[in-house]
Amino acid sequence: MRVTTSTAQTTDVIKDASMIKQKQMMAAHYDRLTSARENGDKVVSTFVPGNLNELLMCFDLVNNLPEVNAIQNGLRRKSGAFVMEAERAGHSEDVCTYVKSDIGMMAKGNIGPNGKELPAPDVLMLSYTGCFTFLKWFELLREQYKCETIFLQTPYMADGKITPNMIQYMVKQFKEDVIPKLERISGVKFDIDRLREYLRKSAKAEDDLVYILQSGKHVRSPIDAYFGGIYYIGPIFGAFRGTDDAIEYYQFLKNEVDQRIAAGLGPVTPDGPMGEEKYRLVVEGPPNYTNFRQFWKMFYDEGATVVASSYTKVGGTYDYGFRHDPDRPLETLAEYCLGVYTNRSLPMRIDMLVDYINEYQADGLLINSIKSCNSFSAGQLLMMREVEKRTGKPAAFIETDLVDPRYFSAANVKNRLESYFQMIEQKRSGKGVAA
Amino acid sequence: MSSPTTTEIVARCQELYEDLHFTAARKWKEAEPGRKVIGYMPVYVPREIIHAAGMLPLGIVGGGDNLEVIHGDAYYQSYICRIPRSTIELGVTGRLDFVDGMLFPSICDVIRNLSGMWKMLFPEVYSKYFDVPQTYEDEIGGTFYTNEMAEFRKDLEEIGGRKITDEGLHKSIEVYNENRRIIRELYDQRAKTPWKVPAAEVYLVVRAGLVLPVEEHNELVLQYIEAAAKEDRPIRDNSRVVLTGLFCEQPPLNLIKSLELSGCYVVDDDLLLITRWLIGDVPTDGDPLHNLSQAFLHHSESTAAKYEPDLEEKGQFLVRAVKRTGAEGVIFASTSFCDPALLDRPMLQNVLKDAGIPFIAFKYAENSGQMQPIREQAGTFADSIKLWSAA
Ligand code: SF4
Ligand code: SF4
Repeated sequence: MRVTTSTAQTTDVIKDASMIKQKQMMAAHYDRLTSARENGDKVVSTFVPGNLNELLMCFDLVNNLPEVNAIQNGLRRKSGAFVMEAERAGHSEDVCTYVKSDIGMMAKGNIGPNGKELPAPDVLMLSYTGCFTFLKWFELLREQYKCETIFLQTPYMADGKITPNMIQYMVKQFKEDVIPKLERISGVKFDIDRLREYLRKSAKAEDDLVYILQSGKHVRSPIDAYFGGIYYIGPIFGAFRGTDDAIEYYQFLKNEVDQRIAAGLGPVTPDGPMGEEKYRLVVEGPPNYTNFRQFWKMFYDEGATVVASSYTKVGGTYDYGFRHDPDRPLETLAEYCLGVYTNRSLPMRIDMLVDYINEYQADGLLINSIKSCNSFSAGQLLMMREVEKRTGKPAAFIETDLVDPRYFSAANVKNRLESYFQMIEQKRSGKGVAA
Repeated sequence: MSSPTTTEIVARCQELYEDLHFTAARKWKEAEPGRKVIGYMPVYVPREIIHAAGMLPLGIVGGGDNLEVIHGDAYYQSYICRIPRSTIELGVTGRLDFVDGMLFPSICDVIRNLSGMWKMLFPEVYSKYFDVPQTYEDEIGGTFYTNEMAEFRKDLEEIGGRKITDEGLHKSIEVYNENRRIIRELYDQRAKTPWKVPAAEVYLVVRAGLVLPVEEHNELVLQYIEAAAKEDRPIRDNSRVVLTGLFCEQPPLNLIKSLELSGCYVVDDDLLLITRWLIGDVPTDGDPLHNLSQAFLHHSESTAAKYEPDLEEKGQFLVRAVKRTGAEGVIFASTSFCDPALLDRPMLQNVLKDAGIPFIAFKYAENSGQMQPIREQAGTFADSIKLWSAA
């Protein structure tokens, strides 16, 4: 087991103010979660896409995100054992490993990243947004915890537009089902002005997030919008949207990005500042977490920076203009859920990737196809060909998994990446794209 | 004129099943100018609306084990089920070139994403992701669904260039009510006398309804019911099982046959669920879309593609199916890489454990060739059920 190496991943990097702030935020959050029982706090489990943090905060609920726990377990190299534990308990080897990592973690005592036991949720907020598996995942958790489950359906944006029927459906669910249930479970009366206040704060942090993500447009990008991006989206996709902490975090980060731009610096990597920017990539799909650092190194060693990614839009497509709007509190939550990346139709996803390649002056598209994830993966081969056709830029396809180390083949991935970089070189020198 | 025998009826259905060029549907379309065909995938769409538009609803359930998938594999990674790739194969090889529209029900993310792929690959074809509610309150999910159906109705009116009247919808609902009644009768007949009504025959007869006009199918199923009742087939010492998990990708016909050969009578299943999705008759007066919506919300089958709001109810449909049909066990046959079926399976198995109902589980793909392991597993299961009940 290489469990202990995980701490090295976060300790030996050069720490900026934003990193320190984020670490503190996460630690405080997990402490609040693991001491929820002592403090009399109620806990809600929910998902990142379609995350209703502002609404949940109105009921003083502490937010637990099983997806984030799975990521933490992946980064700490614990997820592999959890996945196997779930498979031993009868779960199929074929299904999403996030679910199995979560179930395995429960079976092994539900220990959070701070080494303490995570409390059983008081309520499962099943916000069914952009992924069918969510629905089964929380049915499985409900079976385990026997706790109340609140369901919110986000219709799929299949035709590239949000219709009035979709918004009405969601707002009705909020008004007639979600909010009354949250009131009953929490014992806290819903205060729409409190919600507005949180939404106002969200929008502020969202502005800064967009500024940061779009800094990737600078040639010599100051950020890596995939590997680094994972950290940047953490607070706003997790339990901090709508808080002062998030506002402060994104201000720190924005200042750091500005400084790097002014100094002509590239992204910060786990091995320090990145060297020359040789390749600018757009990446589609989630990363692999079990070998996260090794995976990232394969990029920065070659001078490849990810300048834009779709994964950093799973918790909201803010760069397309969406902001939480305090003047339309429930409608805005509906629009937020409807717009998340995995709730967008395939043609919309293709448009986005094409825009990114053009606007971020990228050399091409890399798809990291995740074995676990039908929501992302089904259709990616067509997406790749279409993006290639429309941009004239080369694309490449690799296959890994989120949190199952059995599906990360370092040698394969490295080979693929190396030949992809060669392809980009050939394209640049006008020799055409190798088949 | 003498009525056809089961052999004759089944032979016709087998021919329809094997015909991956959908000749019957093509002929229907050619018979009159202006006719339109609307394809749909599993698990459920309200075919009544298509019928009321004067169009033919055509069930597309992949390519089965007879289709050589050459292009489809270039669209999907190895860890995604078969049905989308063989459906794409049908599309890109021109086998669906007569289809004027395609519906992709909200069953899972694979079919959901396929709806977008279809738009890209066949931009000239009407293609719709058919969203259904996963919340079941009249004012919430019901209203959403009624509005979605109204939009679909409008789309079909545009495609067909004619109005879909309430009266027309009532008539279509009636003919589909009849179809559901007849198919349920067939299922009841099989549960009562499974030796007279082999599962593979039931499958073929029901499956014919995916490509034939419903009126013709009603007649065909009735003929089969009558002919099967007259059959004198030997009773075997088989165990009675409910087959579950096959609501989307189709098993090879051989798989169904193998189960019976290995000692299991299939007395209920979730194959081609659309033919039995709505339970009981849908009223044929009042607002037809409201009626269809009510039936969906309150009188429809359970399956992995549907959210079950009540923990106590989870999986009970299976226990009820076992009791209703006098089954002695359950076989979980799930499509490889099928998240809905495979994530649901452990929960359903826990319910069965609590109810003391034995079960086995295996996976299949539409092109699975090797039946020996499944035959052995099912055979052992059938034997153990007998030993168990004798003990
Ligand atoms: S299928 Fe994909 S989006 Fe859904 S829970 Fe799994 S990893 Fe997340
Ligand atoms: S077999 Fe399962 S995963 Fe595949 S399309 Fe059907 S429901 Fe979806």
